[in-house]
Amino acid sequence: MLEIIRPGKVYDVCIIGSGAAGGAAAKVLTEGGLSVVMLEAGPMVHPATDYKEHVWPYELAHRGAGIGGVGIHDFSRTEFLAPNGYWDIEGEPYTKAPGSKFMWFRSRIVGGRTNHWGRIALRFAEVDFRSHSIDGRGDDWPLTYQDLAPYYDKVDRYIGVYGTKENIPSAPDGIFQPPPKPRCSDLVVKRGCDKLGILCVPAREAILTQPLNGRPPCHYCAQCGRGCKTASNFSSSQVLIPPAMDTGRLTLVTNAMAREILVNDEGKAAGVSYVDKTTRRDQQVSAKAVVVAGSTCESARLLLNSRSRRFPRGLANSSGVVGRYLMDSVGSDGAGYIPALEKMPPHNHEGTGGLHLYIPWWKFDRKNEFLRGYHIEFGGGRNMPEAGEFHGVCHQYEGYGLPLKRRCKEKYGAFIGISGRGEMIPNENTYCDIDPNVVDEWGIPVLRFHFQWGDNEIKMARDMQETFRAIVEAVGGTYLTKAQNTGEFPHGLSTGGEIIHETGTVRMGKDPKTSALNQFCQAHDVKNLFVTDGACFVTNPDKNPTLSILAFSWRASEYLLDEARKGNI
Amino acid sequence: MPTRRDLLKSLAVGVSAGSVLRMIPLQAAEHAHRMVREERAEASGGAYTPKFFPAHSYQTLRSLCQTIIPPDEKAGGALEAGAPEFIDLLTSENREYQMTLGGGLAWLDSLCSDRYGKVFLECTEAQQKEVLDQIAYRENARKDSSLGTGVQFFSLLRDLTTDGFFTSEIGIKYLGYIGNDYLAEFPGCPPLPES
Repeated sequence: MLEIIRPGKVYDVCIIGSGAAGGAAAKVLTEGGLSVVMLEAGPMVHPATDYKEHVWPYELAHRGAGIGGVGIHDFSRTEFLAPNGYWDIEGEPYTKAPGSKFMWFRSRIVGGRTNHWGRIALRFAEVDFRSHSIDGRGDDWPLTYQDLAPYYDKVDRYIGVYGTKENIPSAPDGIFQPPPKPRCSDLVVKRGCDKLGILCVPAREAILTQPLNGRPPCHYCAQCGRGCKTASNFSSSQVLIPPAMDTGRLTLVTNAMAREILVNDEGKAAGVSYVDKTTRRDQQVSAKAVVVAGSTCESARLLLNSRSRRFPRGLANSSGVVGRYLMDSVGSDGAGYIPALEKMPPHNHEGTGGLHLYIPWWKFDRKNEFLRGYHIEFGGGRNMPEAGEFHGVCHQYEGYGLPLKRRCKEKYGAFIGISGRGEMIPNENTYCDIDPNVVDEWGIPVLRFHFQWGDNEIKMARDMQETFRAIVEAVGGTYLTKAQNTGEFPHGLSTGGEIIHETGTVRMGKDPKTSALNQFCQAHDVKNLFVTDGACFVTNPDKNPTLSILAFSWRASEYLLDEARKGNI
Repeated sequence: MPTRRDLLKSLAVGVSAGSVLRMIPLQAAEHAHRMVREERAEASGGAYTPKFFPAHSYQTLRSLCQTIIPPDEKAGGALEAGAPEFIDLLTSENREYQMTLGGGLAWLDSLCSDRYGKVFLECTEAQQKEVLDQIAYRENARKDSSLGTGVQFFSLLRDLTTDGFFTSEIGIKYLGYIGNDYLAEFPGCPPLPES
């Protein structure tokens, strides 16, 4: 049934995935002189034609709401967003174990989720690498902040990150461009924080405020989520893949869905078998090393599906940890009505498409009711109106006619949204494995998710809700969120996967019995196999993972380059 | 403050050899405008022919939309904003909307026929107001469960009418939204009142 094509070429490296991890690896490896073939499960992205930057809603028949208004209820389906990914992909299901809820956002396109991400670029703190030593839960990382810091520096310098030096132990400073001025909604939150003794500082975002490597600075349209035609924000597709292409050493294969990693008689990775989605035929590429960067859960899936006589539990899985230690961020959201914002005259509120201020974890110096920490993101104000904008006002005030019309105008821009994003401690009930009964349309066995929040996460979510309320009320606002204290998702706790910060599943560690990778993302069992995406995470600190994924992948790639030069691969 | 055109030009100049950029913003802007013109050309072409609602239902829908967001001295209403066309398009693609809005319009006519002996559109203004004042508030359905269908219908129609109005050119202008621009620098927040 399968037609296996065996082209003669043997690449130095095959990279699976073109997002943050794959893009960083491609840049470092090709610039280092290696020949690289990259497999991406989706199509090419074309910013000039795919991005709906600067389009008004009324210029589209569906006003941006999508077919049947689907985007009003599911943000991933609005017409404006960069072609990015979805909670459900036709023909590519996943399953959930009885009693588990999990949401899995997947991007099948060159650049992956970096085409639309929030660009929040936060470094792990020193303590984040040794949380087990501090509180006894989870595990320590096999490296320290000092080991990773030079790579954070390289990433900051190359992609461009704005922020300010603050010397906050829970939120290390990076190499920053100047931040944009605060928006009105930022000033409101800051005012509340100042009254409450909460830190509130300029955010760290991978958006340019100054030119960098030929990329012009932000033009402040606040539409990063639509994709940026000027590449003034960071995406792998616009910032990492192009320089790799420029070397002439990158072969990018799109619509190539990896099926399994092939191994040779010596137990080394020899290449990758993949489905060409356009022809539905199986193909193979041969390579001297393989970098898996398909996104956390896809990477675990690929390893678990790469079974052979030599590796019956899947590749790089003699420890049995692949799929284990799955984490997302703890999320809880709130909204407030702010009278001071209602009084503002019309003004340009937009700024960058990211945060201008944020609240880093500020209670690091005291004993709390829960372990670890969270940071807070917020926004609001006079954004471009979109479908769904006034549903809240409609439901609150009801009625019709001129009173409704005027009320919408009065309340426009008077609301803020606040989100907490915190650290989840991995637990034994949260993991993914292969569902023995289901395959996707390519015949590849699918993942089954098992997910459960622990007590620590619930306590953290409660603290978030209390903090959101305190901030809103401190500035004379009305806190609108009515989070239940009980139930499956108390205190507004998110569904697993919903925050799209899934990490873990192929974790690194010092001990090959309890981890799959060493500190360079290199498989303990297979020396020429690397997993450089969020799957390598040991813990999932309250720092959105992308910046760290870039740093880990950059570091792993330099190590791989070095080993290749020494002839060790 | 440079004009938008100036800024676009300066952005284009930034794209030099060795740049990671693969396109020029001016071309991108051109593409967006062309795409929009094409969509518009498809959408225009004389009077709108509803894709889902039969003629009579669509007339009732138009009347209700304009009642929900009427024109005033500052701006036109839902009709001028194209809300009925937007709602019809979405409804033609959404089974749930078809049930709630299609069913709701029939329910409304049937209620008016029972009560006043004529369909909604033929009722007097006072009669229309009497019915709408009942279905515009959830509280009324709690007191009288026979109004449940009407309240649910009106709530969805109100949501979609505000969507249609406030995503239109006149609706966005009415709100006083300023943006979707190319700025060299973000101006920050004007002075913020104390509370």
